[in-house]
Amino acid sequence: MDQLVDGEALTKVLVLSLVFGAGVPAVFALGVRALAPVDGTTSVLRRSAAYLCFAVCAAAVVVGVAKLVIGSD
Amino acid sequence: MARIVGDVDGIPLLVLVVVTALAFDFTNGFHDTANAMATSIATKALRPKVAVLLSAVLNVVGAFLSLAVAATIAKGIVEQDAVTMSVVFAGLCGGIIWNLVTWYFGLPSSSSHAIIGGLVGSVLVAAGADGVIWSGLASKVIIPAVIAPVAAGFIALTGTWLVYRITRSVGSGARESEFRWGQIGSASLVSLAHGTNDAQKTMGIILLALIAGGELPADAGVPVWVIIACAGAIGLGTYLGGWRVIRTLGKGLVDIEPPQGLAAETSSAAVILVSSHFGYPLSTTHVASGSIMGSGVGRRTPVRWGVARRMVVAWLITLPAAGLVGAGAEGIQRLLDGAAGTLVVLAILVAASAGLWLASRRSAVDHTNVNDDWTAPDRPASVPA
Repeated sequence: MDQLVDGEALTKVLVLSLVFGAGVPAVFALGVRALAPVDGTTSVLRRSAAYLCFAVCAAAVVVGVAKLVIGSD
Repeated sequence: MARIVGDVDGIPLLVLVVVTALAFDFTNGFHDTANAMATSIATKALRPKVAVLLSAVLNVVGAFLSLAVAATIAKGIVEQDAVTMSVVFAGLCGGIIWNLVTWYFGLPSSSSHAIIGGLVGSVLVAAGADGVIWSGLASKVIIPAVIAPVAAGFIALTGTWLVYRITRSVGSGARESEFRWGQIGSASLVSLAHGTNDAQKTMGIILLALIAGGELPADAGVPVWVIIACAGAIGLGTYLGGWRVIRTLGKGLVDIEPPQGLAAETSSAAVILVSSHFGYPLSTTHVASGSIMGSGVGRRTPVRWGVARRMVVAWLITLPAAGLVGAGAEGIQRLLDGAAGTLVVLAILVAASAGLWLASRRSAVDHTNVNDDWTAPDRPASVPA
């Protein structure tokens, strides 16, 4: 902790935050798009894809909560 | 350290410090409800009363989740030897008064900066410049405060742009209802993280006071009653809701749609959780405000830069202003040595808090008018017609 900014840690924080912070909403949006009816119906395939997307988002939330419980290192 | 016992009798002062710390914890919850819930309230994903209740419960749960950062408050920022109970009391006064002033003006300023500023100010008066670890203040507080909102804003901008790009073929009606559900999830995560991080700051302060007062050995953990009291104080504060700040963040800065709210809150949650994993404690306020601004830019809606400017000014002056109050409070205690000084400071604290509360009644913001259209951009709130 000699220098004021630890560049390497900062880069890690920024990249990981970007992956989760922008990636999760994007996956959620993909789910919403898959669920939207095409010609009045939503196929089983699209429906499954949508639920998979939402599951990925839910998993990200679980990882977040787990991080809180374990705490920072 | 001998001062502690010498001043006011140890136990009354200790009780006073603990109660004041809980009062700070209360203003902390009160001031920061907006960080998690402002966008959900603005997009009507949750009714205002439901939003603050959910946030309060999650803050309480969050307070019990982990004790990893308790007792780290001000460690590495002020010299521990310089911290006596009167110093802690003066610092808390600085934090509380500044939190209430910014709440009155509806400004989302950082509660962490308020308490750190208050402590630094009172240590400066008590022990001089040597009592403050300036490099720690720069690397742990000032630099993250500059980087965090910009990073959060950029991430929210990216997320918002992606969300709108991906869903542009979807009808807005269906889209909105699903995104409202997503928003509830992301806002809940921010509330939980807030409870974990911020309630622990107060636990740390109370622990510090208990150790300084000789009630606990130096290596003691946080007693259960302290955890319960801090969780309760922050939860109660959150439930009462700083509606004035919620209004500024939810309605004042940008007009928020559900997909945008989801992107902003997810960005906040990601930045807070990732950075705390790497040991950078950030201000949830700075992150949330940055995210909301970024989401506005990402959707290409006008950001009310006048409101943003006022907010940034509040961020810049939070440390020195709370420091000034903390320094003044410690100065009074030094001048009127002993119980008299502490009582005078207590009287000023109570009078200032009551005064600000009374002043706020004249243009009250609550759950009924928090979502009114933003008509007077230069004023914190307007009374509904």
